[in-house]
Amino acid sequence: MDTAMDDGQPGRRSLKQRYPLTVLILQRLGLSAGLLLAVSMLIFGGVEALPGDFAQTYLGQSATPQAVENIRSQLGLDRPVTTRYFEWLGNAVQGDFGKSWASGNSVSEQIGKRLGNSLFLAFCAAIISVPLAVGLGMVAVHFRDRIPDRIINIISLAAISLPEFFIGYLLILFFSVKFGVASFPATVYDGMAFSDRLSAIALPTATLVFVVLAHMMRMTRAAIISVMSSAYMETAELKGLGAFKTIIKHAAPNAIAPIVNVVALNLAYLVVGVVVVEVVFVYPGMGQYMVDAVTVRDMPVVQACGLIFAAVYILLNMVADLIAIIANPKLRHPR
Amino acid sequence: MVNMLSVRNLQIGATVYPPGENPKDITIVHGVSFELERGKVLGLIGESGAGKSTIGLAALAYGRGGVRITGGEVLLDGEDILKADKKGIRQLRGAKVCYVAQSAAAAFNPAHKLGDQVIEATLEHGLMTREEARERALYLFKILGLPDPNNFGDRFPHQVSGGQLQRAMTAMALCSNPELIVFDEPTTALDVTTQIDVLAAIKNAIEETGTAALYITHDLAVVAQISDDIMVLRHGETVEYGSVQQIIENPQEEYTKALISVRQTKQREAKDQSNALLSVDNISASYGNGFKVLHDVSLHVPRGQTLAVVGESGSGKSTLARVITGLLPPTDGTITFGDEILPSHRKKRTRDQLRRVQLIYQMADTAMNPRQTVGQIIGRPLTFYFGLRGKKRKERVQELLDEIEMGSGFYDRYPAELSGGQKQRVAIARALAAEPELILCDEPTSALDPLVAEGILDLLMRLQAETSVSYLFITHDIAIVRAIADSVAVMLQGKLVDFGPRSSVLSPPFDDYTDLLLKSVPEMELGWLEKVLATRRMESAGN
Repeated sequence: MDTAMDDGQPGRRSLKQRYPLTVLILQRLGLSAGLLLAVSMLIFGGVEALPGDFAQTYLGQSATPQAVENIRSQLGLDRPVTTRYFEWLGNAVQGDFGKSWASGNSVSEQIGKRLGNSLFLAFCAAIISVPLAVGLGMVAVHFRDRIPDRIINIISLAAISLPEFFIGYLLILFFSVKFGVASFPATVYDGMAFSDRLSAIALPTATLVFVVLAHMMRMTRAAIISVMSSAYMETAELKGLGAFKTIIKHAAPNAIAPIVNVVALNLAYLVVGVVVVEVVFVYPGMGQYMVDAVTVRDMPVVQACGLIFAAVYILLNMVADLIAIIANPKLRHPR
Repeated sequence: MVNMLSVRNLQIGATVYPPGENPKDITIVHGVSFELERGKVLGLIGESGAGKSTIGLAALAYGRGGVRITGGEVLLDGEDILKADKKGIRQLRGAKVCYVAQSAAAAFNPAHKLGDQVIEATLEHGLMTREEARERALYLFKILGLPDPNNFGDRFPHQVSGGQLQRAMTAMALCSNPELIVFDEPTTALDVTTQIDVLAAIKNAIEETGTAALYITHDLAVVAQISDDIMVLRHGETVEYGSVQQIIENPQEEYTKALISVRQTKQREAKDQSNALLSVDNISASYGNGFKVLHDVSLHVPRGQTLAVVGESGSGKSTLARVITGLLPPTDGTITFGDEILPSHRKKRTRDQLRRVQLIYQMADTAMNPRQTVGQIIGRPLTFYFGLRGKKRKERVQELLDEIEMGSGFYDRYPAELSGGQKQRVAIARALAAEPELILCDEPTSALDPLVAEGILDLLMRLQAETSVSYLFITHDIAIVRAIADSVAVMLQGKLVDFGPRSSVLSPPFDDYTDLLLKSVPEMELGWLEKVLATRRMESAGN
């Protein structure tokens, strides 16, 4: 009687019913690729539609129509947009983002080093903020609606409400101007000792941690609270398990999906939000590079930066989705 | 001699937070006392809010939400567990006393295998090695009649059915060889045919392992099959406490007598059932994913009479109601109302066609706008169908409130201020306001306590006698069918397996499934479970 509702005919079940996990993962991968393609069009189109012109800006006062025309044909701007888009996309897929209009150097080479710097900064912020956020979230749950929870909430809310450049300037004011314990600007160069490098990025890292901490902390708290109120947590308690074991064994596996999601979202924000912070701290990363390129209308650089930021964002979100899918026992073990 | 469990003068309180008022302390259980010997079963019975689950959980020194045990003693083997420290309580839970929850589907952790969860407490308390615990679990899966016991533990909660989960939960409770198990309505969420299997499995397991049990339920017929003693509770107080035999056969208190006499015939079956108000012909229906939920169903509701549609969850009975109302257009077949064919989609029906068919839902709660007063809720169809406004509308609402025996004092109340039974009455008044010829009742009493449900059925029958409205009454409760139906339709997996006047469907010769369904309904009779199981064994031996 128990299985009376089952169809009982495996031959008739679709691929999706038999391998829900594989099908879902393939779907997600396909979606991400499609999304990235769409974003590449948007970036190219957006940059194309920007007012102002590289040749005009570059030549300044000496912009005669002839000189402008020369530069345009030199850069291949006289060809149709679609041709240029596909050429650019084709090269970008192979890692070649063309040459910078301003300096004539290879964009890929220049970005390579700066991307490394940016990722290093984001990575440092992440390894501090993620455990801190999850830990604080757990502490907040433990002291739910009591003083520690309120304090954590207020501080994190304040941090999320202030824009990152403001926090950045505050930190500079206090830690390097008033007390002189941290270095500013956060310049790093090749051949710098690792410890020097770390002390140079202390303030920008702190700024980024402040910005992403609150969101992750609050979501962790909410996810754990919702799991804690489910009936199986009562079952665990009535089995005589200790509080710690209950949380690790019974709450954590079910809270992973929502927490991973918000962590990934914030990591993506870290990589992208790094732009403003880098400018504030004069840190030689992608953000600084992109802002400089925008001012001189150096389109290949802007496009490359945009595409890389988008790719990182999509990639991190996709990873979060995949982890959430894999963490779901219903998909891992279909009926 | 010290009894295994004695509860003495137990007092339980809680803090409630009424909206807009200061928090206040209330008492949920007022001085309840009972004794339980080793290997015996005590049934705790009562309506919702009687405090039975709260008392059950007190045996594990646990209070749900803001519930606190404020006084009295709970002696387990002579020791007061309420005086134990945190560690002592932990060593007790899952080892000496175990708990079986009402909804096993929610009580199992979706992230772990059933087998691991079943042996978890046993391992935690160091009572057995992993190998021994596995073997014990296997033995329990076998005596609980679970399919493929060798591999059952490797499955995840979502991979097995509700009845199987409930049995797995029982295995989980039995695994550590506890002295006491608290069963909290373990079969309430199950279909009757599943309930009987689980009930038999639990009873068998209790006998095999010699554990004692507190069995909490609102169904006296169920508890009569499994307990040695029964305690009837109401509003947190003991109404009556005695042996099963005494309570069932010779109840002393009025309240107990009322509980026992709930299931009685109210309505004589109508003789002439040929005058059809609604006929459904060869209806098939499916939901968006192409899964067919109704297969070629044909039946009719006689004018001024009641058709009961019975079946288990998933049999398609609610879908049939959705098809009749036009919420779900059928893929095939016609619906005839009076002498006209109804358009299959509700949007193509005229206002008058809509008016003639009304619906009452199982959860009156969710079917009413919590921000509207009773007057607005009942008044809305009056304006919509008859254009009544202002004073006229108010007068009509008050008439309707009188008809449902609530009185005009409820006009300005909000649904949140009403009890479950009152909400269902308001829902009935709302349906009546449209002056329908047919009311589709979708399990209107199954979320209510027996005595309240009784009142609702009485009301529906009286309204039928006065206004000769017809009912299509969807239910899974055979007792209700016996009480009120003129004709009966039995459904199984979207198909109509039996249809006809009540007397012919509910008496031999039976359709196979109808027979199974009827035999699975617990009866208020000692030894009923054994009798049914014996018959089943003989039948299977005969085959």
